[in-house]
Amino acid sequence: MDYKRIKAIKKIFSLVITYLILIIIAIFLAGPFIWLVSSSFKTGQNIYTMNLIPHPFTLANYIGVINFISIPKYILNTIIITVSGIVLDVVLASLAAYPLACMEFYGKNLIFSALVSTMILPAAAGLIVNYLTISKMGLLDTLTGVIIPGAVSVFSIILLRQSYLTVPRELIDAAKIDGASEFKIWYKIMLPEVMPAISTIVIFDFIGLWNSFLWPIVVLQDPNKYPLATALKYLSGQFNYKFGYVAAGTVLSIIPVIIVFLAFQKYFINAVAGAIKG
Amino acid sequence: MENKLKKSLIAYLFILPAMIFLVIFVFYPIVASIPLAFYDYSVVGQSKFVGLANFSRAIHDHEFWVSVENSILFVGVVPPLQLLSILLAIFVNRKIKGISFFRVLYYIPVVTSMVAVSITWGWIFDPHGLLNTFMIEHGIFNKPISFLNDPRFALLSLMFITMWQGLGYYMMIYLAGLQSIPKELEESAYVDGATRTQALYKITIPLLKPYIWLCTFMSILSAVRVFDVVYVLTNGGPGDATMVTSVYQFQKAFTDFNFGYASAIGLLVAILTTALSILVFIYGGRKGGMSYY
Repeated sequence: MDYKRIKAIKKIFSLVITYLILIIIAIFLAGPFIWLVSSSFKTGQNIYTMNLIPHPFTLANYIGVINFISIPKYILNTIIITVSGIVLDVVLASLAAYPLACMEFYGKNLIFSALVSTMILPAAAGLIVNYLTISKMGLLDTLTGVIIPGAVSVFSIILLRQSYLTVPRELIDAAKIDGASEFKIWYKIMLPEVMPAISTIVIFDFIGLWNSFLWPIVVLQDPNKYPLATALKYLSGQFNYKFGYVAAGTVLSIIPVIIVFLAFQKYFINAVAGAIKG
Repeated sequence: MENKLKKSLIAYLFILPAMIFLVIFVFYPIVASIPLAFYDYSVVGQSKFVGLANFSRAIHDHEFWVSVENSILFVGVVPPLQLLSILLAIFVNRKIKGISFFRVLYYIPVVTSMVAVSITWGWIFDPHGLLNTFMIEHGIFNKPISFLNDPRFALLSLMFITMWQGLGYYMMIYLAGLQSIPKELEESAYVDGATRTQALYKITIPLLKPYIWLCTFMSILSAVRVFDVVYVLTNGGPGDATMVTSVYQFQKAFTDFNFGYASAIGLLVAILTTALSILVFIYGGRKGGMSYY
C-alpha cells in the first residue's frame, strides 16, 4: 500500500471518530429535550421508557394541558414583558451611552464609574427594596411592575458606549459643521453605526427576559399574569404526577424561544463572541 | 466655559431617561437595603430599629451557615467542571461538514429557560425516571436512587444540571477565543515538530488564558447567584441539603416576609461575594488575564 492511501484511510478514520464524538456530545446536551418531546406524545403507561418512538402515539397531553392552562395567554404575557423590556432598554441605553462616549461634560467620569461599579456588586439585596418600591407605586401584580425595574441594563449602556467609541469622529464633526443638532447626530448618524451592538443587546435581553422567573414570582400574585417560565413552575406544581402534561407544557414553552434562536442563530452566536471582544 | 455648561446640559438630557430608572431600581436599592438590615421590618405596622440584632441572628443561624457552605461548594465544583467547555470548543473549532449544526445543537440548553431545564432533569433524576430505569435495566443499580430526595446526591445533582446548562455558552466564548488565535502560531509549532497535545498545552491554552479567566469569573458569579434550579427542584431540601444563600434569603423575604433579616443576609452575602470577586479579579489581573477587557 502506498503512503498516500494510508494517509487517506487515516483521514477517513479520524473523521469517523470526530463525528462519533460530536454525536455523543449532542446526545448529552440535546438528548434530554429529545426525550422530553417524545415523552410528551406518550400515554401514561409507557411514559418512563427509554423508547424514543411513542407507541401508541397520542396528542392527549397537549390537548389536556392547553385545556387546563391557556398557553397562548402565557405566551402573550411573555411577549409583552420581553418586547417592552427590549424596546425600553435599547432606547434608554442607546440614548444614555451616546454622551458617555462622544461628549465632554461635568460629572462624566463620576457617572461612568458609578455604572461600572454596579456591575461588580451583587444584585441580591436589591430584590427586597425593589419589591417595596413597586409595592409603593401600586404596581404589584401588574406586568408594568415586572417590566420597569429591568428597563435599563447597565451592561447595555457599557456595551453601547464601547461601540460608539469606534465610530470615526470625522462623521460627527462633519455633521456639526452642517449645523445638525446633537439629537439629530445621534439619530441619523450614530444609531445606524452601532446597529451590530444593538442587535447584540436585543439578543441578550431576549434570552434574559423570555426566561425571567424570579422577579415575576415576586411581583405577580395572579397566575393568569405569569410569563411562560413562571407558569411552567406553577404547572409542574399542579400536575406533580402527570408527567405527560408537564412534558407537553414544557415543550410548548420551549418552542417559541427555539424557533427564534434557530432563525437568528448566526446573530446569537456572533453576539456572544462580539460582546466578549467589545 | 459657557460652552461646556451648555454641552453638559445636552448630555444630561440624553442620560436623564435612563438615569431615572437606574436611580430608582439600581442605585437606590443598593443604598436603601443597608438601613433595612437594621430594622425589624413590618409590612403593615411600624418598623422597629433593632441595631445589629439581624446580623447577630444570622451569625447564630445554623441554616444560614449551611446555605453559605452549600453556595461555596457550588462555587468550588461548578466553575472547574465548566472548564470542560474548552475541550468542547476545541472540538467544534474544526472545519468539517455540518459542524455549525452541532454548534447550534450544543447551544440549545443555553437559550432554554432554567425552569424548563430543571423540570426536564427533574424527571430524568426521578426514582421512576429515565436514569434509574436505564441503570436498573442494565444492572448498574439494583434499586432506584432518589437523586433529588437523597441528601447525599441532591446537591450534586443540582450542580450537574447547572454545569450542563452552561457548557454551550462557555463553549461559544472559547470558540471566539480560539478563532482569534492566528493560525500561523500553531502551524509553526507543527513545523517545529510539536505534537497536537504539545501545541495545545504550549500555545493554545496560554493564548486562551484571558478567556479562561473571564469564563471562570462569570461562572463563579452565576454559581454564587444560583437560584432557579434549586427553587424549582428542591427548594433547599431535603432538610437543608441543597439550601443556598439566594434561596434562603428569598424564603426569609417572601415566605416569612422578614425583610429586615433577609436584608441582613443579603448584605453578608454581598460582602462575601464582593471579597471573592475582588480576590479572583486581582489574582486573574496579576496573571495578566483580565487586562484585555
